[in-house]
Amino acid sequence: MAAREASVAPNEPPIIQLRGVSKVYGEGATAFQALKSVDLDIAAGDFVAVMGPSGSGKSTTMNILGCLDVPSSGQFLFKGLHVERLDRDQRALLRRKYLGFVFQGFNLLARTSALENVELPLLYRGDGKKERRATAMAALDKVGLKEWWDHTPAELSGGQQQRVAIARAIVTNPDVLLADEPTGNLDSERSVEIMKLLTELNQTSGITVLMVTHEPDMAAFARTIVHFKDGLVERIEAQHLQGEVVA
Amino acid sequence: MLGTTFSLAVRSIFRHKLRSFLTTLGIIIGVAAVVAMVTLGKATTKAAQQQVASLGTNVLQVRPGQGFGRGGGGPRPPDFKEEDVEAVARQVAGVNAVAPQAQSTATVIYQGANWSTTINGTTNAFFQVQPWPLVSGRTFTRAEEQAGKAVCIIGNTIRTNLFRGGEAVGERLRVNGVSCDVIGTLSTRGQGGFGDQDDVIVMPIKQVQRRFTGSRDIRLMLVGVDPAYDSAQVQESIKQVLRERRQISGGKDDDFNIFDTAQISATLTGITTLLTQIVTAVAAISLVVGGIGIMNIMLVSVTERTREIGIRLAIGAVASEVLMQFLMEAVVLSCLGGLVGLVVAQLVVFGLAPLMQVEFMFEPQINVIAFLVSAVIGVVFGYFPARRAASLNPIDALRHE
Repeated sequence: MAAREASVAPNEPPIIQLRGVSKVYGEGATAFQALKSVDLDIAAGDFVAVMGPSGSGKSTTMNILGCLDVPSSGQFLFKGLHVERLDRDQRALLRRKYLGFVFQGFNLLARTSALENVELPLLYRGDGKKERRATAMAALDKVGLKEWWDHTPAELSGGQQQRVAIARAIVTNPDVLLADEPTGNLDSERSVEIMKLLTELNQTSGITVLMVTHEPDMAAFARTIVHFKDGLVERIEAQHLQGEVVA
Repeated sequence: MLGTTFSLAVRSIFRHKLRSFLTTLGIIIGVAAVVAMVTLGKATTKAAQQQVASLGTNVLQVRPGQGFGRGGGGPRPPDFKEEDVEAVARQVAGVNAVAPQAQSTATVIYQGANWSTTINGTTNAFFQVQPWPLVSGRTFTRAEEQAGKAVCIIGNTIRTNLFRGGEAVGERLRVNGVSCDVIGTLSTRGQGGFGDQDDVIVMPIKQVQRRFTGSRDIRLMLVGVDPAYDSAQVQESIKQVLRERRQISGGKDDDFNIFDTAQISATLTGITTLLTQIVTAVAAISLVVGGIGIMNIMLVSVTERTREIGIRLAIGAVASEVLMQFLMEAVVLSCLGGLVGLVVAQLVVFGLAPLMQVEFMFEPQINVIAFLVSAVIGVVFGYFPARRAASLNPIDALRHE
């Protein structure tokens, strides 16, 4: 892992550091320990696949990494910032600025054009209308859907919807893209397309990609695979990125 | 951010047109009802006041009995006599003129057409105590008055119905079989709380007493008061004179009543205002119900859009932004409903005013108030659903089916 970090972002501290992070749901007899002291470093610019069986703690970890949830104990440093000390709104602002989300179910706003969906994060950032439009169009162009800007999700295929969702996630130029089973609802051909798109974004814009997946085929696109089991990191696999020329 | 929130709200409202319309229906009806009721109430009050003013502002009506609604048992108090009228006219300072009145109903026939109307027997003083000018012809001569000749001055309704609006002076009518010369026609006074005031024939009181009522009784005195005198004092003097003439001793109540038109005006205004307030209160309840309707739909909407809220939160919306979005939606919805309600109210007033025989009017004040109330309702009833939306947990919201 240390060797890989060095190759991805030399001389830079990891963008994400988990230190003894645990998460307990519920209280007393019904309490459930989803995470038991997880330590994990993720380097800036890495492409990480998170794998593990249901209940292994991978979703909980992603929620914490996505600043949607806070650890019960331990430290989560994002760019050196103690996220566990932030309140709800501070975490929202952090998500707005540094994070992008892609979900299994696409989660686009219904009856809303692709462009408006992509504009949404810019709206909260407070961009002007023209600026918003231009930025959103550029993001749609990046995912190859410029021509489809005025289509609503109902008029787009699953693969296209997921690409709109990716455009929405990257439109603010975030540091980290969190993808929760992004290919779970797609056939294998579309899945590969989405993975290629994520790989391309990772390589060209240097965005750190964190992806939860069940499928080893999809995980194969990642540079690092983190395996979870029983609320702990079981092992970390470093691999060559597909198509990457090894020096 | 407020502008963006506003355009977001508008977009969301127009994305669900039918639902938005149904949501605001309560507000539309509430605002329309309140504004229409208040406006029509004011129009009615105004009409009533005008009517009373047309009776003359300084006219006292003196009647036997203890006034409206205080009948009770015992023998009916006697009517006034001609001497009573003269006594009031001569003995009370501040009285300009006293017009006695004896009323009857009769069927009037002119060239085969007939009409049922009120016969009002009086003297020329009738035209002195109140402003009711003739449009043509003349009032009674002294001789006609004293002899009780069969002459008549007809109201506009009679002219319209028997003479088809043409000239009536010089024509001859048959009133309950009595042949009667038309010597004058009255200007129109209009409809009102007292019925059609123009549906009347004025004749010398002696004629009416002789041929119609069959007695020399006088049922009503109209007393014209000099504006320079205090009406209350004049009333008191009239009371003393009549008590003496009717031999009412010390502790007994009056067996007659004096009504001031100003008092009638105040009473009428009081009644219409009270009625307006009651109806408005009922209408206001529908506004509140409308607000609850908005809250209902907004709560449903929040549940339905849980995922959307989750997306917005994940993207980085802070709680207050989500709260503002839903609050703004509720406020914009209720304000739109308020505006539509105002338009409906004007249409209702425009449609009902002629039926209620009042003037169409636009009351800026109540319109502004009703609109502001609709906005406030949006804030009040939108807040709870909005707070619920803002307090959602993004993870649960995203997982919501």
